[in-house]
Amino acid sequence: MRLTVNRKAVTVRAHPLTRLLDVLREECGLTGTKEGCGEGECGACTVLVDGEAVNSCLVPVAQVQGTRITTIEGLGGKHPLQRTFVEHGGAQCGICTPGMIMAAAALGPRPSLDAIRLGLAGNLCRCTGYAAIYRSVRLASRGRSKGKGQRAKA
Amino acid sequence: MQGTIAGRQLLQPRSLGDAVKMLRDDGPLVPLAGCTDVYVALNFGTLQPTRFLNLWNLDGLRGIEARGTTLRISALTTYTEIIKSAAIRRRLPMLAAAAREIGGVQIQNRGTIGGNVANASPAGDTLPVLLAADAVVVLRSAAGTRRVPMTSFYTGYRQTVARPDELIVAFEIPPVRGRQWFRKVGTRAAQAIAKIVVAGVWDTARAEAQPRLAMGSVAPTPLRLSKTERALGSGASLADAQEILQREIAPIDDLRSTAEYRRQVAANLVGQFYGEARSRR
Repeated sequence: MRLTVNRKAVTVRAHPLTRLLDVLREECGLTGTKEGCGEGECGACTVLVDGEAVNSCLVPVAQVQGTRITTIEGLGGKHPLQRTFVEHGGAQCGICTPGMIMAAAALGPRPSLDAIRLGLAGNLCRCTGYAAIYRSVRLASRGRSKGKGQRAKA
Repeated sequence: MQGTIAGRQLLQPRSLGDAVKMLRDDGPLVPLAGCTDVYVALNFGTLQPTRFLNLWNLDGLRGIEARGTTLRISALTTYTEIIKSAAIRRRLPMLAAAAREIGGVQIQNRGTIGGNVANASPAGDTLPVLLAADAVVVLRSAAGTRRVPMTSFYTGYRQTVARPDELIVAFEIPPVRGRQWFRKVGTRAAQAIAKIVVAGVWDTARAEAQPRLAMGSVAPTPLRLSKTERALGSGASLADAQEILQREIAPIDDLRSTAEYRRQVAANLVGQFYGEARSRR
């Protein structure tokens, strides 16, 4: 099966019913995508398929042939969302973070607070109370990262 | 993941014609649309079937179109497509309201209206809308097409009149006159499965128009509340209509709510529907 993951063509040997999550983590070695609940409730496994956020635990790999898949690794590490999540407390324990950032990445430019709340309603976080996450998303869309993640190594 | 894909098989039709032939010749097969229900069961380890039919790539099963006065919604239409559709917002806004309260964005991008109906949960959020809108379910098999009114589609808990060789291909919705109304009562707006979900239509501008009301999570199947409707439409008092409602529904205690709470909330919702309709007369 041929897929496009983070702009690279890859061939995988997986059973067509394999969850996209497992293909990404185990065959592609992209372990940035996390498994939280495994039932579409928590959003930790969110990736983009043709630019749309999906729960990769609920997608059989057969359904993403020929699509463009983007994972947290595809943002490259210095994406404005990755910087602001580090700089403004959007990430604490980190399990929800890749999914939060990918859901936020699907929101389009300069989302309103309402659009952010709605767009992240399918992503659960048990650490932050969400305020720091919403702040991180708003600041990223307004070019407000400091440029260098002060706590990037943490 | 507690379930396993080992020993399971996926058939991949290239067309709708292919798909219905596979259902006839290679069945029984469980159709896969957006997988937002089936894969929960797979992950949970409770999915029994072993053979599946991948519908996701059949683009002929997508799209929303107005055909004369009928609105046709194809089965693979996602909740996101429903929310974004100008035709739905204009002609069936209560369906857009339901779609907005299903899951989160990730589920809305993948989950389909055909899947919601086929999954046949009594809590399915779009089902009361389709019931109140007098929608018709279009079923296709290798033998042909047949149409079943939504009001006679469900026969029991997670049972439908669809045969194993039939696919849901679309819903046809006649013009809906009057104000449309949708309420979902759950733990939160996103992600939560409904404790009660209700849709209604009442054309209060026409004195002879009868209200239409349907409810989910109050019986083994989603219900069209025809007796309660008749009471409201014939000028019965709200208290009398609520009394009739209590005989029409049969809610249970489950992990989301209790029968007692559901009875109270069902009565309150009918009261709200009645009150809002009367205030516009």
